[in-house]
Amino acid sequence: MKTAVVVFPGSNCDRDLMVALERVTGQAPLALWHDTSSLPEGLDLIALPGGFSHGDYLRSGAIAARAPIMREVVTAAGRGTPVLGICNGFQVLTETGLLPGALMRNAGLDFVCRDVRLEVVTTATPFTRAYAPGEIIGIPVAHHDGNFQADAETLDRLEQQGQVAFRYAEPVNGSARDIAGVVNDRRNVLGLMPHPERVVEAAHGGTDGRKLFESLLMILA
Amino acid sequence: MKARVTVSLKPGVLDPQGRAIHHALEGLGFGQVADVRVGKVIELDVADGTTEAEVGEMARKLLANMVIENFRVELA
Repeated sequence: MKTAVVVFPGSNCDRDLMVALERVTGQAPLALWHDTSSLPEGLDLIALPGGFSHGDYLRSGAIAARAPIMREVVTAAGRGTPVLGICNGFQVLTETGLLPGALMRNAGLDFVCRDVRLEVVTTATPFTRAYAPGEIIGIPVAHHDGNFQADAETLDRLEQQGQVAFRYAEPVNGSARDIAGVVNDRRNVLGLMPHPERVVEAAHGGTDGRKLFESLLMILA
Repeated sequence: MKARVTVSLKPGVLDPQGRAIHHALEGLGFGQVADVRVGKVIELDVADGTTEAEVGEMARKLLANMVIENFRVELA
């Protein structure tokens, strides 16, 4: 499985994500710098890591979303290549328009950094099919701008079309309808605020994030 | 010449920062405040002849997130 992790100035979860991908897929991912304007051929997954790209200036993810590589990522997503955005990566995906909604300042205004419980809402995505529907998993969050908001019509559509992938099973950041992760209508782009790459090995204190990466292997198998 | 872009949250979008500031103002005794909304002002130094439409395009492409924000352009 050929994977790539996009690195922006200020990304800081890129290494953890690369290690997680290598552990699960058995193949080291490529690291792609943000100002690259072409993608390698034959990628099975493009992943955008957490962090504080461009210092979160203007809006979280706003400047990274306009990086040269993102034009290629949008094109690849349009061809059906799976794209995963975690935390700041999710913010970047909403800023590109690949995913709906926006991630605003947490309702409590605090940076929230702790383990949270999540419900796997749908397993009908390439990223969640190794989980059980309704499964409750423990994944850490670490963000200041994770408050997912969209207009009521968009939220209704996301729920009706099964595009809500993960919901918080406890209060975390004020997100509309407790949404923690969404997929696009084609289901090949997932963004989520929690960090599955931080719970992949027993030494992490949990392995509930591992199935997200294993789900992608199932698709390719 | 200068262009000023004022970015504000759309009506109805939850503004936790505005709410916190509102509470703080109340704590200072300013009971007459009904609501607070936080936005931002971006000042651009642009070439003479730059049009409002061009600055508007900058706002739509980058300066504002049209999902949650509105903007207003002033040229001076």
